[in-house]
Amino acid sequence: MSGPTVLVLLTIALPLVIAGAALLLRDNARRPRLLPLAAGAHLALTLALLILFPTTPDPSSPSALGLDPPGAIVLLLVSVLFFFAAIYGVGYLRARHDRDNRLFVACTLAVLALLTLVATARHVGLAWVAVESTTLAGAPLIYFNRNPRSLEATWRYLVVGSIGIALALLGSFFLGYAALAPAADLGAHAVGAHDLGPAHASLLYDDLLARADTLSIPWLEASMVLLVIGYGTKMGLAPMHTWKPDAYGESPGMVGAIFAGGTASGAFLVLLRSLQVADRAGAGAFAHDALIALGLASMAVAAAFAWREPDLKRLLAWSSVEHMGLLAIGLGLGGAALFGALLHLVMNGLTKGVLFLAAANIHRAYGTSLVSADTATHLGSAASPGSPAPPGPRRLITGAIRRLPVSGTLLLLGFLAAIGSPPFGPFVSELWLLRAAFADHVAVGIAMVVLLFAVFIGMGRTILAATQGAPPPPPDLPRGPIAEASAPPEPFKDTWLTAGPIAALMALVLVLGVALPAPLARLVAAASTWLQGAP
Amino acid sequence: MSGSLFSSLLVVVMLLNFYCIGASRLRALIRAVSLQGVVLGLMPLLVHGSATADLPVLHVVVSLVTALIKGVVIPQLLLRALRALPIKREVEPLIGTVPSLVLAALATALAIVFGQRLAPASTPGAALVVATALATVLSGFLLLVTRLKAVTQIVGYLVLENGVFVFGMLLVEAIPFFVELGILLDLVVGIFVMGILIHHIHRDFPTGQREDPS
Repeated sequence: MSGPTVLVLLTIALPLVIAGAALLLRDNARRPRLLPLAAGAHLALTLALLILFPTTPDPSSPSALGLDPPGAIVLLLVSVLFFFAAIYGVGYLRARHDRDNRLFVACTLAVLALLTLVATARHVGLAWVAVESTTLAGAPLIYFNRNPRSLEATWRYLVVGSIGIALALLGSFFLGYAALAPAADLGAHAVGAHDLGPAHASLLYDDLLARADTLSIPWLEASMVLLVIGYGTKMGLAPMHTWKPDAYGESPGMVGAIFAGGTASGAFLVLLRSLQVADRAGAGAFAHDALIALGLASMAVAAAFAWREPDLKRLLAWSSVEHMGLLAIGLGLGGAALFGALLHLVMNGLTKGVLFLAAANIHRAYGTSLVSADTATHLGSAASPGSPAPPGPRRLITGAIRRLPVSGTLLLLGFLAAIGSPPFGPFVSELWLLRAAFADHVAVGIAMVVLLFAVFIGMGRTILAATQGAPPPPPDLPRGPIAEASAPPEPFKDTWLTAGPIAALMALVLVLGVALPAPLARLVAAASTWLQGAP
Repeated sequence: MSGSLFSSLLVVVMLLNFYCIGASRLRALIRAVSLQGVVLGLMPLLVHGSATADLPVLHVVVSLVTALIKGVVIPQLLLRALRALPIKREVEPLIGTVPSLVLAALATALAIVFGQRLAPASTPGAALVVATALATVLSGFLLLVTRLKAVTQIVGYLVLENGVFVFGMLLVEAIPFFVELGILLDLVVGIFVMGILIHHIHRDFPTGQREDPS
C-alpha cells in the first residue's frame, strides 16, 4: 500500500475509532470532548495529506481510495467545518447536559469518517456506499431532540433520502452496464464479460475515464439522469428538496451546519465525478442542461419560500437550497463556471457553518426559532425542543443583536455573506459563477441575478426582524429549553465555546473574500483544469 | 440470461407489481412482496441460462441472502408491526385502485419500450430484464407516493428496491459484489420497520400532523 492510501485510511479510521470510544464512554458530561479531539486530529491528518502528497491521481495506477483535486477541496472544507463545529459542540452539549449525547457524539464522528470516505472514494460503488451510510448515520442527529416534530423530520429525511439513494444505486448500475454493454455487443455470450478481462468490469473512476470512448453512450446518458436525481436529492435540489426545511428546522443548528456544508457537498462531489466520466465520453449534454434547470428551479423555490418563512432555521434551509442550486448551475454550465462552483462549494460550506451555529445560539437564548407569528401554514416550531411551550404570549425573536451581541452580529454578517455582498467569500465565488454564466448563457445569468436578488429581499426581511429592534422583556427570556424546569435556569449567554468557533468561521469567510490564499486558489484551479482535462 | 425459466421469473415479478398495486388488504400486499423477494432470490441461480455445472459460489450466496432478507425477514417484520400496532387492515390509497392500475400499466409499457430501445441487440434477454427492472422501480414509486400508511410506503420502497435488484442481474456475472451493495438498501428498509415498531409511526404525516403521541 502506498503512503497516501495509508494516510487516507488513517483519516477515515480515526474518527470511527473515537466514535466507538464515544459509544463506550459512560460519562455524559465528558463525552462531548471527544468531538474536538477527533476533529482536530482529522484536520491535522487532512493537512498532512494535502501538503505531503500530490492531489492529482496517477492514471497509470488506479486505486479505489485516493485523493483527486475536487476531493481534496471537499475534504479540506469538511475537516475545517467539523473542527469548528466540534468545538462549538462541546459548549452546545454542555447547555443540553440533561440529554443523553452518546448517539449524537458517535454519529457526528461517524458522519465525519464517512464524508472523508466520500471525498476519497475513487470507485463508483464505494462512493455510493459512503453516501448511503452518511444518510443513515445522519438520521439520529436529526432526531436528537426526541420530540414528535423531530421524529417527523427524521422520517421524512429518511424516506426521501432513501428514494434518492436507491435511484443513485440504479444510476450506478447503469454506469456499470455502460462499461459492460459494449463488450456484450462485441459478441460475447450473454453478458459474460467476465472473460473480457478485469478492465471491463472495473468501476474505478480512473479506469472509466481512461476508456471513456468505449462506454455505451445511451446507457451513460440514462445513468446520468438517475444520478442527477439521486444525488440531487441528497444535495437538496428542488423539487427533491422537501426533506430539507424539516430536517434543518428540527435538528440542532450544529447538525444543520454539518449537513448543509458537509453532506450536501459530498453528494455534489460524487455528481461532479460522474459527470466528468460522462463528459469525457461525450454523453453529458443532457445532464448539463438538467443541472441548470434544477439549479434555477431550486433558486426559484428558495426565493418563493424564503419570502414567507417565519422560522429562522427553516429560512437557513431555504438558503441552503438556493446555494445548492447555484452549485448545480455552475456544474451544469461547466467550463469556466467549474472554478466558480468549486470555490463556491468552500465559501457556501463555511458560511452555512456561521449561519446555522449562530441561529442555534439564538434559538437557545429565546427558546424559539420563530421570528414572526405567521405560522398558520407551518408545522409550528414555536415550542422549544424538549420542553412544553411555556404559558403566556408567544415568544418571538427580536433584537438578537442586543440580547446576544456576538451571535446576533455574526448571524447578520453571515447573512450578508450568504447573499453575496462584498467583502465576504461568497461574493467572489458568485461573481465567478455569474461571469461564466454571462459569457455563454446570458439568459441563465439574468435569471440568476433576479433570483439572487429575490432571495436577498425575502431572507433580509426575516433576518433584520430577528437581529434589529429591542429584545423582549427579561422575565420571558429564561424559560424554555435551557435547563430542566426544576432549577431556575440562567439566561443563555455567548461564551467562548459557543461564539468563538462561529467568529473564527466568519473571519475565515471574510479573509477568503478579501484575499484568496494562493494555495487554495491553486487547488481550486487545479481541480477545475483536471475536471476539464483533455482525454 | 436467455433461459426461458429466467424470463418467466421476470414476468412473474411484473405480474406481482400489478398485484401489489391492486391489493386492498395489507396482509395480501405484504405476502405478495414476500413472494416477489423469493422469486428475486432464484434469479442469480438462473442467470446463466441452463448452465448449472459451474455455478459460482457467490451466486448461491447472493441468492440465499436475497431470498432470506426480501422474502422472509422483512415481510415477517412488517407482519409483526401489523400485529403490534392498531393499524387498519385496509390499504387506504390516495388515488383509487383502478387509476393506480392504469398508471402502472402505462409505466410498464414505457419500461418495455425503453428496454427494447436501450438493451444491446446481442444479448437477447437483456431487454426483458431492463423492462422488468424499470417497471418494478416505477411501480414501487407509485406505491410510495399514492399510499398514505407508513407500512404501505415501506412496501413501496421494497418494490422499488426490488427493481434495482432485477437490473443488477445484468451485472451479477461481471461484478457480483457491486450487485451485493443492494443489501444496504434492505438495511434501510429494516430501519424503517424499526422506526414504525418503536415510534408507532402510522403514516407519512401528509398534513404535517402526527396522530398519536409518543
